[in-house]
Amino acid sequence: MTERITTKQYIKRYLKRCITGPWSLMCGLSVTLKYFFNPKRIVTEQYPENRKTLKMHERYRGRLQMVEDADGNNHCTACGMCERACPNASINVQPTKNIAGKKVLGRYVYHFASCTQCGLCVEACPFGAIRMCQEFEVATTDSSTLEMILNKKEGQG
Amino acid sequence: MFVPSITNPIGDVVREWVPKLAEYLPVAIQSETLNSIVAFLVNAVICVIAVCAVNIGSAPILIYMERKVCAHVQCRLGPMRLGWHGTIQTIADVLKMLFKEVYNPGGVDKIMYYMAPLIVLIAPFMVAALIPFGPTLVVADVDMGIPLIIAVNGFGVLGILLGGWSSNNKYSLLGALRSGAQMISYEISFAMILLFVVMITGSTNLMDITQSQSGTVLDWMIFKVPVIGFIAFILFFISSTAEMNRAPFDIAEAEQELTGGYHTEYTGTPFAMFYLAEYIALVTNSALATTCFLGGFHAPCIGVAAVDTYLNMVPGVVWFFAKVYFMIWCYMMVRWTFVRPRVDQLMSFEWKFLLPVNLVMLVIGAIYVALF
Repeated sequence: MTERITTKQYIKRYLKRCITGPWSLMCGLSVTLKYFFNPKRIVTEQYPENRKTLKMHERYRGRLQMVEDADGNNHCTACGMCERACPNASINVQPTKNIAGKKVLGRYVYHFASCTQCGLCVEACPFGAIRMCQEFEVATTDSSTLEMILNKKEGQG
Repeated sequence: MFVPSITNPIGDVVREWVPKLAEYLPVAIQSETLNSIVAFLVNAVICVIAVCAVNIGSAPILIYMERKVCAHVQCRLGPMRLGWHGTIQTIADVLKMLFKEVYNPGGVDKIMYYMAPLIVLIAPFMVAALIPFGPTLVVADVDMGIPLIIAVNGFGVLGILLGGWSSNNKYSLLGALRSGAQMISYEISFAMILLFVVMITGSTNLMDITQSQSGTVLDWMIFKVPVIGFIAFILFFISSTAEMNRAPFDIAEAEQELTGGYHTEYTGTPFAMFYLAEYIALVTNSALATTCFLGGFHAPCIGVAAVDTYLNMVPGVVWFFAKVYFMIWCYMMVRWTFVRPRVDQLMSFEWKFLLPVNLVMLVIGAIYVALF
């Protein structure tokens, strides 16, 4: 297995390792010493204490949410792409007809209990009507609260 | 008459008080022999309590310190919940450990299984009795201190081998045999480097070794012999890290490979004793490094009279423990920085690098002693 080297090469390699080995160890030690003496580098969140100021990252995927303007109007057209994209059948889009006879969103039923927050529905939506919100304290004692209707108003069409 | 070698101030007080109290006894049984025996026994009890207090009391502090050092090296804060900055956390941990069920798996050699944690504790406790903590604070001021330490350190291997072998577990046995090979190998260089210290100071008594380093910082063993002293200190550091089975030489435990090595099967109090032994060994090895290289209980005088008087006002015990905790901090930084070598790399490092360098060091030490 070992390659054949001359004694001269062996000694050369041995002496070289005596220098490079401690040097690399010192490099590692300098990094940890820098971390140790610099408390500002701490990256962990002290969660219950900083609950007021804690902001989740932009890309965090919490539960599903409808993108609504100030009046509560949404962009959903009840096309059902999200329902088809969902691998767990957590989304149930129930369309209805408005006065003009056009198919619009009636109820957007979302089963949070079976949702894995994969975000495929958000990617599938052609109108940008839904998003994953930043909320992360989602524990509940009542399982009936996990089944929610996301839209406040009927769709505009 | 046997003269007990207990030279702490409390010992003198006891020797003073025992004859006074003996006067209340009936005259028939009053005698010098009885007095000295009673004084010796009382002193022995005090010493046992003192050694146990220093060793067992330091374990929770060290566990807390290790968790904090480890956390800050890894950009974390560590325990923060229980008490101020998580200070009570270790007490909670210790209590949890003590209240757990003592359970042993089937096919275990029960006597050996329960004896192993006790044997592991022997070495650090005996070494702690030999260390001079202050000018008058030493339990056993024996002349053959260094050879005794080298001899007693062998008990650690015995305990680990017994624990691993009697567990009836493949991982335990593997870990124990690996660590047996490692500890026996590194014991050689550990002994060699202590012999280097003995050679320079000309004494195997730990008190004499400490006293020979009195004076300024430059009289400490690490600086006394220029350059060689520092190299010797680093070699001692490496070999004692391997002696203690601490990372980067924690081949015995190797959590990622052997699920804990020799103490895989231990639970509750026996496991706590292995844990305790590891931390007490850390204290005693740091104390040994302090005694042999960092001037023991001497203040770090710098040769300026105005500063030195203030430094000497601090008791020696304080300096000793300050140095010990600095050494422990060094061991911890090394533990959380370096990666573990493979078994073959570990062995080739000992036999191809550490031992030859130690032999060269002994020769250079001999030349130094002959010339100066």
